[in-house]
Amino acid sequence: MNLVELTNEGLYCSAGDFYIDPWRPVERALITHGHADHARMGADQYFCTPTCEPILRHRLGQDIRLTAKRYGEKFQLGNAYVSFHPAGHVLGSAQVRIEVGGEVWVISGDYKRSPDPSCEPFEVVPCDVFISEATFALPVYSWPTSASLAREILEWWNSYPEGPSLLFGYAFGKTQRILAELVKLTDRTIYLHGACHELTKIYRASGVELSPTELVSEQTKDFDFSGQLILAPPSAHRSAWMKRFKAPQTAFASGWMQIRGNRRRRGYERGFVMSDHADWQDLISTIQDTGARRIFLTHGSTEVLQRYLNEELRLDARPLLTQFEGEAEA
Amino acid sequence: MERFAKMFERVDQTTGINEKIAAMAEYFRQEPIEEKIWAVLLLRGRIKQTPLTSRALRASFARLSQAPQWLLDECYAHVGDTGETLALLMSSGIMKLGGGTQERSLHQWLTEECPGLRQLDDQSLDDKLLQFWSSTRPEHRFLLNKILTGAFRVGVSDRLVLKALAQSSGESEAVWHQWLLGKSERDFEELKRVFLGQAPRRETLQAVPFCLAAPLDNAFFESEQPESYFAEWKWDGIRAQIIKKADKVWIWSRGEDMITESFPEIAQMAGSWPEDTILDGEMLVWGDDHPKDFHLLQRRLGRSKITSAILKEAPATFVAYDFLHLNGEDLTHLPLELRRRHLERFVGENPRDRLRLSPLISFQSWQELKNLQQTARERGAEGLMLKRKSADYTGGRKRGVWWKFKVEPYTLDAVLLYAQAGSGKRSNLFTDYTFALWRDQELVPFAKAYSGLDNKEIEELDRWIRRNTKEKFGPVRSLNLEQVFEIAFEGIAPSPRHKSGIAVRFPRILRWRKDKKPPDADRLEDAWKLIAAPV
Repeated sequence: MNLVELTNEGLYCSAGDFYIDPWRPVERALITHGHADHARMGADQYFCTPTCEPILRHRLGQDIRLTAKRYGEKFQLGNAYVSFHPAGHVLGSAQVRIEVGGEVWVISGDYKRSPDPSCEPFEVVPCDVFISEATFALPVYSWPTSASLAREILEWWNSYPEGPSLLFGYAFGKTQRILAELVKLTDRTIYLHGACHELTKIYRASGVELSPTELVSEQTKDFDFSGQLILAPPSAHRSAWMKRFKAPQTAFASGWMQIRGNRRRRGYERGFVMSDHADWQDLISTIQDTGARRIFLTHGSTEVLQRYLNEELRLDARPLLTQFEGEAEA
Repeated sequence: MERFAKMFERVDQTTGINEKIAAMAEYFRQEPIEEKIWAVLLLRGRIKQTPLTSRALRASFARLSQAPQWLLDECYAHVGDTGETLALLMSSGIMKLGGGTQERSLHQWLTEECPGLRQLDDQSLDDKLLQFWSSTRPEHRFLLNKILTGAFRVGVSDRLVLKALAQSSGESEAVWHQWLLGKSERDFEELKRVFLGQAPRRETLQAVPFCLAAPLDNAFFESEQPESYFAEWKWDGIRAQIIKKADKVWIWSRGEDMITESFPEIAQMAGSWPEDTILDGEMLVWGDDHPKDFHLLQRRLGRSKITSAILKEAPATFVAYDFLHLNGEDLTHLPLELRRRHLERFVGENPRDRLRLSPLISFQSWQELKNLQQTARERGAEGLMLKRKSADYTGGRKRGVWWKFKVEPYTLDAVLLYAQAGSGKRSNLFTDYTFALWRDQELVPFAKAYSGLDNKEIEELDRWIRRNTKEKFGPVRSLNLEQVFEIAFEGIAPSPRHKSGIAVRFPRILRWRKDKKPPDADRLEDAWKLIAAPV
């Protein structure tokens, strides 16, 4: 009997009668983190970490029924003992540990091992069964440290005083991670697209130290953005919003930027290889570190990782077809 | 290589054309001659003897890395580029590399390190490559791999390289084009003279830059007068210039390949022409009255020796339509009307068994010409060419000089059967598609197409492919049979080499027929009916 099963609503734990990151309305939902493919509307009751709470309320509504549980705090749901543990993905992100009758399952959600000053660092949770993502499960993906990336970003920004530098990346997670890295190197103000604004405020309120920011939309019409850094979500690339910047240089911060063709196809001049997911080496070592006997793989290059775990590491790994999306290629 | 890599990085990291040119021009201004020459050859993809094949490089990597072959294959399929995949894998620590970088110039790489790699046995090749990779900085390994495989298509067009050379030297783009036409590493000494400024400004053994036609637009018929234009059939052969000089004959294709040896009978004929003559025209296999299908010509290309069997079965004819040099005189500045007169006299005076004149089509009105255009296929042509009588011969695709007026392509509705990831800019997107037609209850592959969808459609189809994969064979995925596409192509001919028994020319996607289901797709018989049409 599996502690966690795949149902039409999502991953379900019958012993505790709750779902993890369900994609349809359910009674009880444990949320690993606030990204849209993991946190959806319609649950009667939500559980998440205290730092995830304001994000969830911002995205799903202030009046949702929500219970926050600190990292490591054990609580009982039905016959299951449950706790959240840091996943290192974004602020408040958690792995869900479920223990029933001595058997331990861990659902990792999305996770990364690289240091990230904007969120709680990943913690290895020993378990019998580990449910892992596989977004970047190919050995061509190997991340540089984000501190070295921050220096590259700063250099790129400084190299172009003649015009604005537009850096695209997710409005939630990536933007704040860049701000948390850059504040260590410079005290200059960074300008934000409106979509990045609320979450940046939430991060700051949670005590994450970020570069000073101002909104692009609050600058006067004749404001000169030359030599300034502007952060914006990928959806703003080549949109009408971009028209206000004259002769900008553009870059995209994403794990997909590891591959030259991806960057060129999207028409970005620079790609910064920065991801909030684990790279190949970290996926493998994390899976090994947990000591799990069985592994389920939810999304990404699941077939490659499965075969590698089966054939090379002799581990029992299987796919689990969820509706999680990992790092969208947009 | 350090400075070459810096230049490449600058070129690669901007989408601005002027910045790309500026980066190259700056490089050309500063580098010693040998470096410049190699850089130009690499950027233009003009290295004939590539040091290693991609396959050999991958095989060596597989032996050295001890990673499972299937995992490496998954990586190639995902990235779409051997050189890049290997460089990424090396940085990910899948292979142990020693340290101690050693800087080598392009000249050293290409003249000292690379020659002879092909002759090494596996063990020696592995040792050599391990030493290359270990002593090269990680960020330069991609370029090194590109140099090793000669597959240096990295997003700089030929034109930009010429512009950069012009900017860095004071000579015009056209002169550079002339100088570099058809040049490879085999012409290194000659290239040195070029870069030392010792080469004559016009190299007459080279082809004149080809005058290219622009596709006709609707405004043309309203703004232009019929009497200002010559009309000819647009032949589907190999565009070529034949040059006779210093008792030698050179045949150049439009792709800047020297194809003299593929057409010995034409070369022999041109041997009797007067000194310093250049003709422009089309290489074709001529039947009784019409040219035969293009696939007969294809048998000529890429062969080291043209056998007497081929000469007999598919004798070539040069259909001439322009005259560029006559007795050492440059005719390119004359109006076409005069060049044509010279050409007609020339063809009349010289042996004609392998030489024909591309006939002019007489017409009074545009409407009459449009009607004639509809008959092009019956005559074995793919449309019409319209050439301005008063224009001189200009290299490149200058608008308003030559126009092409092609007939509508053939089309068939076919079912998407397989998909494979593209390469380069389209890597890790499924963009290479195989389409099939019905034969009884079976779908038989009949064409592969890579183009015709816009980026949005490509991404939509890519998502569909990922969700609808039935099986994987290496990089190829077989798909659920659901999607129908309208495929356009220019020519169709029987081909025993293909499973369908037919080969099509220039297939591409015309439309994604979301309104159709696989049973609505066309049958192989429908394709055969197109062949049965007179050619």
